[in-house]
Amino acid sequence: MLSRGEIPLTRLAASRRSTLSHKGRGNGGISLVGRAAPSTNPPPRLTCDAVPPRILKSPAEPAALLPDRFKAWFAARGWSPRAHQLALLEKAREDRSALLIAPTGAGKTLAGFLPTLVELSSAPAVSTKSLVSTGRTLQRTGGLHTLYISPLKALAVDIARNLERPVAEMGLPIKIETRTGDTPTSRRQRQRRYPPDILLTTPEQLALLLSSDDAPFLFSSLKRIVLDELHALVTSKRGDLLSLGLARLWRLAPQMRAIGLSATVAEPESLARFLVPQPGGKEAAADIVMAGGAAPPLVEMMDTRERLPWAGHSARHALPEIYELIKANKTTLVFVNTRSQAEMLFQNLWSMNDDNLAIALHHGSLDVAQRRKVEDAMSAGRLRGVVCTSSLDLGVDWGDVDLVVNIGAPKGASRLMQRIGRANHRLDEASRAVLVPANRFEVLECRVAIDAIAENAQDTPPLRIGALDVLAQHVLGCACGEPFLSDELYDEVRTAAPYADLTRPDFDDVVDFVASGGYALKTYERFARIKQDKEGRWRVANPKVRQSYRMNVGTIVEDDMLKVRLVRSRGGGQGKAGGSTGVIARGGRLLGEIEETFIEGLSPGDTFVFSGEVVRYEALVEDQVYVSRANDKDPKVPSYMGGKFPLSTYLAERVRRLLDDGRAWGALPEQVRDWLSLQKDVSRVPAVRELLVESFPRANKHYIVCYPFEGRLAHQTLGMLLTRRLERARARPLGFVANEYAIAVWALGDLSFMIRDGRIDLDALFDPDMLGDDLEAWLAESALMKRTFRNCAIISGLIARRHTGEEKSRRQLLFSTDLVYDVLRKHQADHVLLRAARADAATGLLDLRRLSDMLTRIQGRITHRELDRVSPLAVPVMLEIGRESVYGEAGDELLAEAADELVKEAMG
Amino acid sequence: MTTGALISGDIEDMRVSNVSISGVTFAADLSGALFWEEQRLLVVSDLHLEKGSSFAARGVLLPPYDTLATLGRLAAVISRHDPRIVIALGDSFHDRTAHERLSAEDRDAMAALRIGRDWIWISGNHDPMLPSDLGGTVADEVAIGAITFRHEPTGAHGEIAGHLHPKARVSARGRSMERRCFASDGMRAVMPAFGAYAGGLSIRDAAFAKIFPKNGFVAHLLGDRRVHAIAASRCY
Repeated sequence: MLSRGEIPLTRLAASRRSTLSHKGRGNGGISLVGRAAPSTNPPPRLTCDAVPPRILKSPAEPAALLPDRFKAWFAARGWSPRAHQLALLEKAREDRSALLIAPTGAGKTLAGFLPTLVELSSAPAVSTKSLVSTGRTLQRTGGLHTLYISPLKALAVDIARNLERPVAEMGLPIKIETRTGDTPTSRRQRQRRYPPDILLTTPEQLALLLSSDDAPFLFSSLKRIVLDELHALVTSKRGDLLSLGLARLWRLAPQMRAIGLSATVAEPESLARFLVPQPGGKEAAADIVMAGGAAPPLVEMMDTRERLPWAGHSARHALPEIYELIKANKTTLVFVNTRSQAEMLFQNLWSMNDDNLAIALHHGSLDVAQRRKVEDAMSAGRLRGVVCTSSLDLGVDWGDVDLVVNIGAPKGASRLMQRIGRANHRLDEASRAVLVPANRFEVLECRVAIDAIAENAQDTPPLRIGALDVLAQHVLGCACGEPFLSDELYDEVRTAAPYADLTRPDFDDVVDFVASGGYALKTYERFARIKQDKEGRWRVANPKVRQSYRMNVGTIVEDDMLKVRLVRSRGGGQGKAGGSTGVIARGGRLLGEIEETFIEGLSPGDTFVFSGEVVRYEALVEDQVYVSRANDKDPKVPSYMGGKFPLSTYLAERVRRLLDDGRAWGALPEQVRDWLSLQKDVSRVPAVRELLVESFPRANKHYIVCYPFEGRLAHQTLGMLLTRRLERARARPLGFVANEYAIAVWALGDLSFMIRDGRIDLDALFDPDMLGDDLEAWLAESALMKRTFRNCAIISGLIARRHTGEEKSRRQLLFSTDLVYDVLRKHQADHVLLRAARADAATGLLDLRRLSDMLTRIQGRITHRELDRVSPLAVPVMLEIGRESVYGEAGDELLAEAADELVKEAMG
Repeated sequence: MTTGALISGDIEDMRVSNVSISGVTFAADLSGALFWEEQRLLVVSDLHLEKGSSFAARGVLLPPYDTLATLGRLAAVISRHDPRIVIALGDSFHDRTAHERLSAEDRDAMAALRIGRDWIWISGNHDPMLPSDLGGTVADEVAIGAITFRHEPTGAHGEIAGHLHPKARVSARGRSMERRCFASDGMRAVMPAFGAYAGGLSIRDAAFAKIFPKNGFVAHLLGDRRVHAIAASRCY
């Protein structure tokens, strides 16, 4: 794919960590102007230098686009600018915003900054920062020229360092600074008075700056904004917050143009809308520039010599083979889906590490200092393997990773592709990856993921609809700056793509909520946080409100985390001892942080894996968890929490197609083929659009197992609703278990018989109407819904996370959001915060939208098989009953069980 | 992977279960109230009325429906037991001026609850200066037979108190749940908070060790359909 006409780039070996450096020989290419999807209006102009790959044509005249100083700089290094870099310069010249879609290692960041550097290099050398008298007041000029927004503060700092290099080498008069949560107050203040030309920061810091009185001065001169890792930012509420910040910037600086930098996504046209103001009633999009693709990756599935497990996520069977891979390569990144999987794998690899290979562990819960140590060792090339989670999905490029191993389910094609791209440090060399399925269903998922990657199919989620809780935070932020009129702010907010369809009633409800809580009984007018003046402008009611906003800005609501410290055991370790904690030696080495929800499920004495070893839970004192070293080989409580992301709809569909197409089974390992063939003989392999339901008895209980393939979250919701319905049908259900592919429900009633004689009508059981009253009844008590509500309450500013500096964890809150949820739901069910929580539930922890789509899809397509025993396809989900750590609703039964223990204890 | 609730028909609805305190048998009600059948006396603790508006005044605009919700639950438990006497065991109001913020409707609802029975307001640390126009009697503590009702527990025999808002967490196999509870060792009891927004304090907190010296007390957890007696050592 290397085109001779372009001179590829770089031998910047010294700067391993640089994302600006172009390692390896890049792909030059052509520039085509084509039309994108006709639905967008005006259509984005699509510039593509990847397809078709072999036509040689220069995209633009570098001579015309690049000043001499830049040409000389490129030449001095033996480089030539890449096609997409020049394309972005061209877009800048045409005064267009642009979305650059490029793989890792394509010199994306330099491309993003090139227009800025060129513009600033020709700016008048004299500083324009000055005070100008406008008669009555003094007006300051000379604010920022370019803003850069990154999802990671570490990335912002890194990019700044890398930018300094060309700037220094070309002698450009450009001042570059970063602003993150770690920036000292003195520098922040200075930045507001004497802003740099280029400021690198995060979405949260941007929101803070926009809420300050200096915002007009800082931003009115803004020419460009560069949004890095845009594909990752827009999938969350941070993206909503950023979009609202953009809307504000477009008003302050109408001349500002945006450059988005993104990995490949499913719908570039919709992502491109994010970068330009949306005109009411129509859609507008930035132009799209596609960088030349990297060589297609070489992805294979590990063809294990061992017996493939039926269930589980540990991939323990493949350990020796994974170890061999690490040994055979220079540096291997081993990705897993959850922190606990990482812990387990790391521990297991070291137990067999006879060669003393430098293998490290990296996940988001580890202490920051420890993570930095791993990252530094990594960039210095001292590590042979790193076991990591999504904590390494994003961020700076490191060292010479020559192999990516992905353990377990890939979950999504685009996500897997981005992970594999972490080994892509030389554009013209294929990245290499090995997928290691941990069980039989995961083999199917890996198979279709490999096919999807070969077809370059993408399954990134569609652009979000802006959340109302984030809007509430933004409205308060706006009131902290210059007072606003509702009409004007409503128009401004709708220029942000995620909020383009925001209705006026929703907007007004949000403003009302910010002002006085938005309650039907308006008893809080006198406590209003923002108030209208005579002209109808909203402003903050008092400085405290402003202070509270500043301390709580942001949309990332972490699980409450507890610090984990290693202490010496109190001895005995007789689980239930618990109780007084005075005996624990305080202090102890800090191992990292762990979710409070996980610790809540433990009793003292339980063992689990953390920070690479099996530890015993000793006690919880305030926000510190005390653990001691346990000698157990296996932890008592496994902690596979399922990972953050469910199987993508796209891969699920492909898995169903693969199952339905017997001829395609040839591409599967023999063990899996045999498994499916046996299923075909004794029951049925589900067809693409149908839902297979099997029923069978086992050990005095009766089971139904169904196979929607819609991911764990949707299945969990479905399981809750199914058991409710079965209970009403007097089938006496006892429980259910759900994984990514299937759900099993068990009951005392003879389910097969009840289906046969019509007392259970499967069409009625799976009727989409379960999303009506049954769902409502469940939501009233669902812990997941309460957690969703809590997040909305925090983001919207109903509840402050931080008060005057110190962070209060939930245990210190003086009230519980669960109780607030109960009361609000009962007395004002349509309150804007409940609506926000419902919107989250549609795609978040409850995945209602997906469940609803599935129920609609399978209507009239349910196939029932009555069996006399468990089917081969049902074995994996059946094996998970009682085996995995559970995460669901607990009720009277849990209490009754604990009470029974008391009885047994009492009765001896 | 996920395991859901064990939904079972085996758990029957039992709104009350018996708790013996200093020889007197009380019915621990699922709502968090205690009922003394012989005396037809109902006790509720820590209503914290107008907690929502109390927070609102400090800029946290909690939904203003907590008083309505609390009084609604109180009305339900009163109609179930039809007591002759009701004791509100202190911290009935979240702050000293809370009663002034009551809406007319809430005031009327409270008056309706008092009809045909004696009402005793015991003062608590949140509401030490109860106004005289509340209706009913205001007292610091009440003794009936072997039983003393006061807001802050001292650990004395026969004492029924509130103040601490006991709650307990039970876990098994990675699942856990937390509920409000009565705490009692047969000699004395601490009642759960009744208020809609009242939070809780774990019964493993040192404060409980002072009241139950031998640590051998039982938590009566308020489940969905019944009250469950679980050894405190089994909870945390």
